[in-house]
Amino acid sequence: MIHSLFLINHAGDIFLEKHWKSVISRSVCDYFFEAKEKAVEPENVPPVLQTPHHYLISIYRDKLFFLSVVQTEVPPLFVIEFLHRVADTIQDYFGECSESLINENVVTVYELLEEMLDNGFPLATESNVLKEMIRPTTILRSVVNTLTGSSNVGDKLPTGQLSSIPWRRAGVKYTNNEAYFDVIEEIDAIVDKSGTTVFAEIQGVIEASVRLTGMPDLSMTFMNPSLLDDVSFHPCVRFKRWESERALSFIPPDGNFTLMNYHVSSQNLVTIPVYVKQNICFFETGPCGRLDITIGPKQTMGKTVEALMVTIHMPKAVLSANLTATQGNYSYDLTTKVLVWDIGKLNPQKLPNLRGSLSLQSGAPKPEDNPSLNIDLKIQQVAISGLKVSRLEMNGEKYKPFKGVKYLTKAGNFQVRT
Amino acid sequence: MGWLPLVVCHSISACLGSQNTGLFCIKKTEVNQVGGTKAITAIPTTPVTENRQFGSKMTDSKYFTTTKKGEIFELKAELNSDKKEKKKEAVKKVIASMTVGKDVSALFPDVVNCMQTDNLELKKLVYLYLMNYAKSQPDMAIMAVNTFVKDCEDLNPLIRALAVRTMGCIRVDKITEYLCEPLRKCLKDEDPYVRKTAAVCVAKLHDINAQLVEDQGFLDTLKDLISDSNPMVVANAVAALSEIAESHPNSNLLDLNPQTINKLLTALNECTEWGQIFILDCLANYSPRDDRESQSICERVTPRLSHANSAVVLSAVKVLMKFMEMLPKDLDYYGTLLKKLAPPLVTLLSAEPELQYVALRNINLIVQRRPEILKHEMKVFFVKYNDPIYVKLEKLDIMIRLASQANIAQVLAELKEYATEVDVDFVRKAVRAIGRCAIKVEQSAERCVSTLLDLIQTKVNYVVQEAIVVIKDIFRKYPNKYESVIATLCEHLESLDEPEARAAMIWIVGEYAERIDNADELLESFLEGFHDESTQVQLQLLTAIVKLFLKKPTETQELVQQVLSLATQDSDNPDLRDRGYIYWRLLSTDPVAAKEVVLAEKPLISEETDLIEPTLLEELICHIGTLASVYHKPPSAFVEGSRGVQHKRLTSSAGSGESVESPDTGSAAVSEAPPAVIPSQGDLLGDLLNLDLTPPTSSGPPPSAAPGMQLGAMDLLGGGLDSLMGDESEPLGGDIGGSPAMGAAFGAPPAAMPASFNAPISGGLDDLFDLGGGGMTMGTYIPPKTVWLPAMKAKGLEISGTFVRRSGVIQMEMTLNNKAMSVMSDFAIQFNRNSFGLAPAGPLQILTPISPNQSIEAALPLSTVGPVMKMEPLNNLQVAVKNNIDVFYFSCQYPISMLFLEDGKMERQVFLATWKDIPNENESQFQIKDCHLNSDAASNKLQGSNIFTIAKRTVEGQDMLYQSMKLTNGIWVLAELRVQAGNPNYTISLKCRAPEVSQCVFQNYETVLKN
Repeated sequence: MIHSLFLINHAGDIFLEKHWKSVISRSVCDYFFEAKEKAVEPENVPPVLQTPHHYLISIYRDKLFFLSVVQTEVPPLFVIEFLHRVADTIQDYFGECSESLINENVVTVYELLEEMLDNGFPLATESNVLKEMIRPTTILRSVVNTLTGSSNVGDKLPTGQLSSIPWRRAGVKYTNNEAYFDVIEEIDAIVDKSGTTVFAEIQGVIEASVRLTGMPDLSMTFMNPSLLDDVSFHPCVRFKRWESERALSFIPPDGNFTLMNYHVSSQNLVTIPVYVKQNICFFETGPCGRLDITIGPKQTMGKTVEALMVTIHMPKAVLSANLTATQGNYSYDLTTKVLVWDIGKLNPQKLPNLRGSLSLQSGAPKPEDNPSLNIDLKIQQVAISGLKVSRLEMNGEKYKPFKGVKYLTKAGNFQVRT
Repeated sequence: MGWLPLVVCHSISACLGSQNTGLFCIKKTEVNQVGGTKAITAIPTTPVTENRQFGSKMTDSKYFTTTKKGEIFELKAELNSDKKEKKKEAVKKVIASMTVGKDVSALFPDVVNCMQTDNLELKKLVYLYLMNYAKSQPDMAIMAVNTFVKDCEDLNPLIRALAVRTMGCIRVDKITEYLCEPLRKCLKDEDPYVRKTAAVCVAKLHDINAQLVEDQGFLDTLKDLISDSNPMVVANAVAALSEIAESHPNSNLLDLNPQTINKLLTALNECTEWGQIFILDCLANYSPRDDRESQSICERVTPRLSHANSAVVLSAVKVLMKFMEMLPKDLDYYGTLLKKLAPPLVTLLSAEPELQYVALRNINLIVQRRPEILKHEMKVFFVKYNDPIYVKLEKLDIMIRLASQANIAQVLAELKEYATEVDVDFVRKAVRAIGRCAIKVEQSAERCVSTLLDLIQTKVNYVVQEAIVVIKDIFRKYPNKYESVIATLCEHLESLDEPEARAAMIWIVGEYAERIDNADELLESFLEGFHDESTQVQLQLLTAIVKLFLKKPTETQELVQQVLSLATQDSDNPDLRDRGYIYWRLLSTDPVAAKEVVLAEKPLISEETDLIEPTLLEELICHIGTLASVYHKPPSAFVEGSRGVQHKRLTSSAGSGESVESPDTGSAAVSEAPPAVIPSQGDLLGDLLNLDLTPPTSSGPPPSAAPGMQLGAMDLLGGGLDSLMGDESEPLGGDIGGSPAMGAAFGAPPAAMPASFNAPISGGLDDLFDLGGGGMTMGTYIPPKTVWLPAMKAKGLEISGTFVRRSGVIQMEMTLNNKAMSVMSDFAIQFNRNSFGLAPAGPLQILTPISPNQSIEAALPLSTVGPVMKMEPLNNLQVAVKNNIDVFYFSCQYPISMLFLEDGKMERQVFLATWKDIPNENESQFQIKDCHLNSDAASNKLQGSNIFTIAKRTVEGQDMLYQSMKLTNGIWVLAELRVQAGNPNYTISLKCRAPEVSQCVFQNYETVLKN
């Protein structure tokens, strides 16, 4: 199973190491650095590397590499999932997953890692359980600890550890009982030059924030559950009920969690909210080109499109852009060759337009590659697939909780080719 | 009074901290700032640290602040402080230093002293320290034992579990002795949390001392835990057993039967996501009895496809893909299952890129096995411009696999789009993909060719070159269809600078010489720089010009003369020379025949390129979700491969360190003057290496020509070296081993070798060499039947028998003789556990009752997957035979050669390395007396028993045979057999990682050689 973990920063320094079996020398990371060198961009480092004696499985998150070393045949997805879990936990404990924060809390991180794996086998990865074993440092707690001499390490066996519902701790109490659900949908799409949709799908997620006393048993039903044919659930969801009644029935974890992910791929269900008219061309003669982009609403279900933004990765030869925007601001970053046009709200009466000229490095040949446009947008109060929650019921507890559902549509990986 | 100044000193150092942090090699500026601002005022450096400014006291960065010199000294004082809080802070400082890789082992006794405490945090911290440093201070670690043993009895289960868990992590032999008793108790603890921790501890202990775990019977306890009432305990027991089983491939630890399967399936629903992965992976090893059982398992596994954890999903996919094989295809459920598999696979592709990568590698396998699952999902594999390159390349592969007439238009449009992207590797692959589509989907060929022509018009150098390479393949697939484009291709002749593209273009010119007016001029232009071209281009040019000559003999005679002389007289490359001579001779003796040979119709190229070979694919499907599935290599290549690489490394390090000539320096001096005395072991190995790889030509062979080259070399070396040169994969082995990425391929069993290494021609020659060197091998030696069970001991049943190994199957052949007065029937047989896990592979087949005075022959096939227990002697087998009268017991000894596998021929380099690698104390030497065979006859005889001669050397009239054999449980035995002409006494040295088997092996040699 997982033998060791190295945390490596952007620059390639190892700033933390943890071994769950025997100690493996840091030099094992040299193979990784070699691959990193070769990949140029940190995103492009292959996640599974083979070295003469070990396998290196890594993820890249928040500008940090989480590199694990394994010696025997293990499922790589298992390792990758676990590494993401480590990053999640660090984020959960310290608010952000960054080198400085990890260094500030190095002993806690170390204790956490020890608690998460035993001999390379996952031990406790649920944040609820971990927080009972190692309490996150808060100002209040540190004051209490200094006064009473108690410590941050729980000395009782966490109740969730062995019960059949490891995700929930016992004895939860709140004065205000609330359960909020956010239905968030991201549109992944590729639209070609002519405006035809090449590919479109929706990645949906229901994020929950549940603060309820005791052991509430919730069930959620949908107006149109037939949309959901490709789903993955938090372990708390009872799969049998879903199979038979298409209802989500679960005892929720305490706090924030992802209840369900779903995926709508049938293209007639995926509506594309905006259209883009674009023309980017470079002249055969002379070091310049022209750019003209207009965006308009397509199918927005009667809502306003907000936070509209266009990002374009320009070819390397583009030196500068001299453009005028009828709405919003644009900026062109010379080093990364990224043009960003921040539009804001889309006004259907007056369509935003960006146009002007691009100047190229003199002497450079006409760029071969056509830049793609990446669109960002948000639509509040609607799930673009049309998914709607119809009821949320609670059993098992007597009080009346406050319930709420919010909808949001965003652009995920929304590309327009030129 | 003495420590007062120390405290003062410490507080100063705390204040100075901010300056001194700079001395810390791992120190980061961010921390520096926090440490620095602490002394003055809290100025937030980033929005995040803002929340923490009050808490800067709480952060752990303060543990880094130390003075240069007296740090250890100070910590020592603090660790010995009376104040609990101070102690804890000190331990935290120690841990902080440890995490950044600083050596704080000097504080060992002081830290261990803090262990006896009620404060759990402090205890845990000390444990963390212990785990890290105990190995380096084994004697000191013993100090901790008492506390551990005491903690294992604590009332709090958390403390009991913690103690047993930590103890298992202290990898010191002495500690393990003390661990056994507490562990035994914890395995039976009333608290499931302790039991589940103890289960993992068994795996830890096994890693440190496998024998101890077996002797103490922990494995059985662990097996019992599979039936535990708590699902988490079950999952951990499965995980521990799986890990242990990995180091004992044949030990049959996870004995799966319908009952245990049922328990696992029940636990599956209730345990954590990680536990589910272990259980699913374990389930995948089970072979259901019939399709009904398959279906019921599938039904219970399918809900896992909706799990949020992608590893659970993929493990479930593995189980389903495997058990699906057993379902009849006309079953409704089969169709339902196929439909259910698609959505989860698609969902995996919306996860993080790293997960996507692993998922894509596995989907690649799934698509090859069952294309129907994802045939409608082509679009999810469309590439996004911000996908990491490793994801892009994998997606492209799958797109081609899914391409069909129905979706080819879309696919082509996409591929064309990709061909204008920025990333060179990706663009190249996209262009190639267009060519592959043309070959795969005939209807699209025309469109593909025009797309490729469009791309050639872009004049982007690498795009043009790739396009030409694939157009060559299209020509081959659809002859006489698209040759009209040749003119366009010829325009780009000058821009080609890559060998593959040049070779492709030359091939086209030669192949269609009759349609290209100036073919001779074009080829002539290449000829000018003939010697600067790569081998690939040279060979192609030679063939193309010969083709041209056969087609237009009148104008090109001069040209062909020129190229033949260039190839045969001015070239050092034997491949090229050989081909040149062949053409020359052909052309000069029989031009008609030459025409038939050179211009023969070419076989069509296959539709699907780089498909995984079906048997390998089947194996890989059983390993979905594992590293093997990511690398598309069988797991055996991994286990073996990693060892092989290790050996490779050892060889090369020996080459530099111990003055053994490394293969490529190939010093001629050594081969010219063979050693006059019997060389010491190191030298001997060195010599073998040289003989192995020294080519007779002076210049190094170009890598691509290696196989042919080495064959050429054999002729010249000739004689007694035949057997050394037998295996053609060896010379390539050297090349492969050089790159770590390819390492696994080297040293893998032959089946794992990529097919391309076994070039058919050299394979054929190889056989000839083997025959020439060895002659026909003799059959297996079968010991005569002996009486195992005398009639008087078994109420009239007499059993005599022997063991045979025939084409890989071990059989126990018995004669059952009824010497009693009554009829015997209802026979059954059972074995006790034995050293190599021999067990009946089926029931004893005695169909008719045996009447008095009748004897009957029975053959019982044996497997080696039964339970294992070490026997004395090692090859002892205890058997129980039952009939209608009673149960009888007897024991017999089987010749160990029954267990020698047919693939026990080790590669020479691996042999050399392994020989060196096995410590000398494992070597045992024996004398075989009165044996009158010569070494070749002995070698043949032994080969019949799967003892393979790898190399033979003759030094001063003494033949030395180097031999290897592989036991069914994966143990290799290496042997050196010395035969002196005229001396009937042989000397044999055996080396093995498990020296216990040596005695048995020696006995076997003796019996085989003397019979």
